[in-house]
Amino acid sequence: MEQAVRHFQEELEALKSRLLEMGGLAEERVRASVEGLVARDHALIDTVLTGDEPINRLHIDIDNRCFRLLALYQPMATDLRAIVAAVKINSDLERVGDLAVNIAEAAVRYLGHAPVKQLIDIPRMGTIAQTMLRDALDSFVKRDTEMARSVLNCDDELDALKTQVFRELLTYMLQNVETIEPALDLILVSRHLERIGDHATNVAEDVIFMVSAQDVRHHPPATP
Amino acid sequence: MMAVTMVKPPTPSATSEHQSARTAVGPVKIDVQSLNFYYGAKRALEDISLHIYPNIVTAFIGPSGCGKSTFIRTLNRMNDVIPGTRVEGKVLIEDADIYASGLDVVKLRRRVGMVFQKSNPFPKSIFENVAYGLRINRMAKSRSELAGRVEESLKQAALWTEVKDRLQESALALSGGQQQRLCIARALAIEPDILLMDEPASALDPIATQRIEELVYNLKRLYTVIIVTHNMQQAARVSDYTAFFWLGKLVEYDRTDKIFTAPSEKLTEDYITGRFG
Repeated sequence: MEQAVRHFQEELEALKSRLLEMGGLAEERVRASVEGLVARDHALIDTVLTGDEPINRLHIDIDNRCFRLLALYQPMATDLRAIVAAVKINSDLERVGDLAVNIAEAAVRYLGHAPVKQLIDIPRMGTIAQTMLRDALDSFVKRDTEMARSVLNCDDELDALKTQVFRELLTYMLQNVETIEPALDLILVSRHLERIGDHATNVAEDVIFMVSAQDVRHHPPATP
Repeated sequence: MMAVTMVKPPTPSATSEHQSARTAVGPVKIDVQSLNFYYGAKRALEDISLHIYPNIVTAFIGPSGCGKSTFIRTLNRMNDVIPGTRVEGKVLIEDADIYASGLDVVKLRRRVGMVFQKSNPFPKSIFENVAYGLRINRMAKSRSELAGRVEESLKQAALWTEVKDRLQESALALSGGQQQRLCIARALAIEPDILLMDEPASALDPIATQRIEELVYNLKRLYTVIIVTHNMQQAARVSDYTAFFWLGKLVEYDRTDKIFTAPSEKLTEDYITGRFG
């Protein structure tokens, strides 16, 4: 039976490896945008602003593969869930790529001003967002629902940091109007990072659905 | 009719348009030109023109009576045996017209093998079923060569491991799916380069069907495979190109993924989405 559907399984594996490639690219772009901002590295920021093409290509390629697999093989049960999950994960990863560009754009504007403060929480947020993305994709590859659930739990940490960044920057803006413009860009960056965490969460939820057919959306798991 | 890309300059009549799969590249194995087929006064195929490409699986789909089985049988002149039938047009296999006068039909059918809907093994041993064609065509010089060719054919038909210890048993003792694979082995033994399959899995259970489908998928490495099927999902799973027939006409012919994701013709779309047929 397994042997009889071998070429479908081969195509499914090829689809998964494309998704991983896309995830790797998205994660790298998040890293480069945040690091470019923190290190005031224009060249690094430029790589994010100009390098969207590979992700866009993969976005279309993965959608086409899913479309084709659904049409030609009429997959059922776990195979069907895997392809539906792949369609959704694909959209999430493409959005992460776009958000990395948004961060890079904000970074360009921010670097046109004097630094508001030393950046501590934003790089922390960047690290958490990247880890969430990586773990979500790892859980996809390993079909590991425990790991996927751990990603869901990280989201609160990211939300809390975003609130903290906002409050802190608010005090700077109240004290010195000169900081309003650059501080608003930092607030935007924190918001983009928080959104990246949301997309990683979506990926993790899709993994749980793919593996166990359990829909955990809109039902946050209890904090351990 | 639809606009199609020409793979090579066709030579059909002014009334017909050649159907070449749009994205196909490479040589043409079978070139059908303005083919009409009649059962007595009734025209069963109307002006069919298409190119079939080597080493891929081409599926013919369509509702009952659409002409797909009649068409596949024109490719090795199996319809010749039906009284009162008549063919117009040309079928070229590697540029040679198979309806040319003086053509040796036995040689043609050796080259264009066929597997039918209902498995039809000879009431002989498993070994003899495969060896038969080799013997009458004098294709083995010694007993060991004969045995080697039988083994090779059974392996290609994915049946060897199941029958290797019972080659002298009657073929009729095999299951339906095994009998069908035996018939495929029998067809492969005489080294055809084109294999026609007319509903090869329609009488089999789902597991046996999957084995046949996987076999079809693998056979294309060595053969040009043409399969007629009622089962659209089967066409989608196993074929590279699909031709849709309706009322004796070729409605659409394209890459299988194109046919099943975005067909160009409304009639094709209506058929594959179950709106008629």
